[in-house]
Amino acid sequence: MIKKLGLSAAIGVASLSLTSHALGDSSSQIWDMVVKEAEGQTVYWNAWGGSTQINDYIAWVGENLEDEYDIEVVHVKLDDTANAVSAVVAEKAAGKDENGSIDLIWINGENFASMKRQGLLYGPDWTQNLPNWQYVDVENKPTITTDFTIPTDGMESPWGMAKLVFFHDSARTSPEEMPDSADELLKWAAENPGRFSYPQPPDFIGSSFLKQVLIEQVEDRSLLQQSADEVNFEEVSKPLFDYLDELHPNLWREAKAFPRDYPSMSQLLADGELDITFAFNPATASSAIANDELPDTVRSFTFSEGTLGNTHFVAIPYNANAKAGALVLANFLISPEAQLRKQDPAFWGDPTVLAMGKLSEEQADAFNKLDLGVATLRPDELGPALDEPHPSWMTKIEEKWLARYGAAN
Amino acid sequence: MLRYSPFTALLVLAVPVLCGLAGTLLPAFGYLPALGGTSFSVQPFDTLFMQTGIWRSIAQSFFIGLTSTALAVILVAGFVAAWYGTRLFKKVQYLVSPLLSVPHAAAAFGFAFMIAPSGFFARLFSPWLTGWERPLDLLIVNDQLGLALIAGLVVKEVPFLLLVTLAALPQISAIKFSHLTQSLGYGRMAGFLLSTWPPVYRQIRLPIFAVIAYASANVDMAIILGPATPHTLPVRLVGWMNDPDLKMRFMACAGACVQILVTGFALLVWTLIERVTGVVSRKLAAKGNRYTRDWGVRVTASVLMTTSALIVFGGLLVLALWSVSGLWQFPNTLPNNLSLKNWMRALPGLSGPLVTTIIIGGASVAISIIITLACLVREQQTGRSGGNRALWLLYLPLLVPQIGFLFGLQLFLLSVNAIASWTALIFAHVVFVLPYVFLSLSAPWRAFDKRYDSIGAALGASNWRIFWHIRAPMLLRAILAACAVGFAVSIGQYLPTLLIGAGRFPTITTEAVALGSGGNRRIIGIYAFMQMMLPFVGFLLASILPALIFRNRRGITGF
Repeated sequence: MIKKLGLSAAIGVASLSLTSHALGDSSSQIWDMVVKEAEGQTVYWNAWGGSTQINDYIAWVGENLEDEYDIEVVHVKLDDTANAVSAVVAEKAAGKDENGSIDLIWINGENFASMKRQGLLYGPDWTQNLPNWQYVDVENKPTITTDFTIPTDGMESPWGMAKLVFFHDSARTSPEEMPDSADELLKWAAENPGRFSYPQPPDFIGSSFLKQVLIEQVEDRSLLQQSADEVNFEEVSKPLFDYLDELHPNLWREAKAFPRDYPSMSQLLADGELDITFAFNPATASSAIANDELPDTVRSFTFSEGTLGNTHFVAIPYNANAKAGALVLANFLISPEAQLRKQDPAFWGDPTVLAMGKLSEEQADAFNKLDLGVATLRPDELGPALDEPHPSWMTKIEEKWLARYGAAN
Repeated sequence: MLRYSPFTALLVLAVPVLCGLAGTLLPAFGYLPALGGTSFSVQPFDTLFMQTGIWRSIAQSFFIGLTSTALAVILVAGFVAAWYGTRLFKKVQYLVSPLLSVPHAAAAFGFAFMIAPSGFFARLFSPWLTGWERPLDLLIVNDQLGLALIAGLVVKEVPFLLLVTLAALPQISAIKFSHLTQSLGYGRMAGFLLSTWPPVYRQIRLPIFAVIAYASANVDMAIILGPATPHTLPVRLVGWMNDPDLKMRFMACAGACVQILVTGFALLVWTLIERVTGVVSRKLAAKGNRYTRDWGVRVTASVLMTTSALIVFGGLLVLALWSVSGLWQFPNTLPNNLSLKNWMRALPGLSGPLVTTIIIGGASVAISIIITLACLVREQQTGRSGGNRALWLLYLPLLVPQIGFLFGLQLFLLSVNAIASWTALIFAHVVFVLPYVFLSLSAPWRAFDKRYDSIGAALGASNWRIFWHIRAPMLLRAILAACAVGFAVSIGQYLPTLLIGAGRFPTITTEAVALGSGGNRRIIGIYAFMQMMLPFVGFLLASILPALIFRNRRGITGF
């Protein structure tokens, strides 16, 4: 019993000191303590589990942590990150402020905003004390420190970059025909009824598509940087819903059913049911080609005026049971080794959050040598990144979408 | 010890259901202190009925539950009436029986792969016959009337209803009845339906009720095949229960109460239909028509029955094929290339859920079989079977919609900090496994020739000894078969595993449904294949083990 208590006290001290430097130890000494305490811990990592590539990558991370740090990683596969938020909220309501069931959550946007607002996150300021933080491209990637307009305050550690990219099969449709804006997409859908759709909100990618249209259609984009509660939501969002009213009759299945998520759309692209699909990861198509899931004639495109771009993160709940283990895991995720594998389309293809200039020449070289695949646009071809609206927009848009289209006729 | 066994069964079955129901009912009326609900109100119901399309979701659950059961019952009754006692009947029976152990989710995936516009049927006939180079934009799977879901439920429930009918038939001396009606000049089907079916029906009534309850309240098949704009009521309830906005849980519980009413109403309407059919069939019988020209109907019945079995088999085969396929685009009937790559990639991830599935299944079966045996031995000693009341109790967990008491049970376990523990999860499974184990074993147990016991007793053997040396070995085959049924039931459990395990005990089934949402057919193929194989291995062991154990006592395997 005493031994147990001592251990849990030590965990508290080390994880606390990581955020406060209270002990006056040098940061490397503190980190050594964290690593030591993490030994033998089991980290329950709640992460969306709908993609095999990503699941495999997470399994690889788990093997590495087991070998290097004696940490067991359990991937709790979610179909919606909101479920993890819900679990932590329920634990807080039930007074379970320690030994929570979740140690790490793959998160961003409105889920992060909601957890931060409700005080459900560990921190602030633990991320910048991770040893591998030195490689992170804080300077040139503003979304690493501002997540959907909300300052991250060191309460979530970046994992990867996302950019909305569209895909088509060049064997069926020529690149010239492909739309270059939401308006052109609307026209294209009218000419090619039944060949476009988006995942049913509140799927993350589906809701992101709605935001892309909103940004393009709204008159004053700066309004979207404010909370949707502070502006006239009905008026500002009207162009989006006018657009959808016009688009829906020409969608796949006339918008009476929707693909469940973006991997489902890839399957539908392979089946020839859809002609244009999209994802938040530029390498989705290349990676699917490598796995024989899509034909090698699939190509990517974006809108020249820009598409949504953001960063995805990992965060630790305030009542996590294995905080030290979660910290070591978060640190491993931003190591050059883990980031390199993640960007390789053979495994996942998710763009790195690291700055090439901060890496050793050898490490940077490895990144540059990655074969991103035939269907992946080069970073300079991806076009400008549009800023994410304030998270309240996503929530409100989803609500209105459900009320308006949730019961199709 | 033994005298408490019926009480234990009661405890294990009724307590979770009743606790769970209470745990659902209180929050539905606003009371759940842990989430800040300290006073009673009807607010949760108000919010529930303000949700978009809520009435449609409710109507769908009701309509789908009744229609699918009615169609399945008609199909089974028609087929049995048309062919019972023939060689064709035996063949179809062998074809259909294995399908009983196919979990609902796997059957649903297979079915979806067959009937989708880019599915296997369309591929078989494209483009050479249909001219389709591209799949048609047709809403087949996830259609708004729920027809795909109804069809999926029918093909999945037919094997179950056929088997319970088969178990009932010998007790009615159906063959003699049919000889009688035929000598009176009745057509085969009319003779059977007017004379044999009513007593058979009485015996399979409870299983039919269980089918209605499942069909009106199921989640796993409805996610895969059911309407999506809006989803059926049970699917929406699960979503609300998991919403980060905890206030939604009050509404989810209110919805679960509505679901119980919907299922109850469906059962009520069913009993009305029973009466009407009874009146009509008596009228028909009184008229005295012989209905001898039933050849067309008989052929239709056999074609429909065979088709429904073949669709499930075909779906499972296509699933298996997807799991080893490379690129496989429409309208190709077969994949361009085969590879084991998908399996190699999936295997490391499979082992965890596989072990969990086996542990939960094994433990819940072990507990269930011990309770069942204890109850049966006790019944044998006292001569009291508990009769109809006990039967209703057994069926309780199968008649109350899972969602109705699992929400409450989850909230209850959460508040006592027992959520996501092995014990809670295994006992949640026992609630569903025990009824099936008991129902499978009780018939052969009661049919056992008591004179063996008497001989044993006359030779001075104790009850204990009689059990271990006479009953258990001679009934081993039946005991193992009951275990295999229980194991299959445990494997198929989706909602209890998800809710009581809090997502931390992934099993093959929860993984299959979670990954199925990702639409990757290769992975779905692998998981559905595993889902199918586990019960199959269970039944295989159940049939091989007795032969191995008694290889030097040939006579004993006859039971």
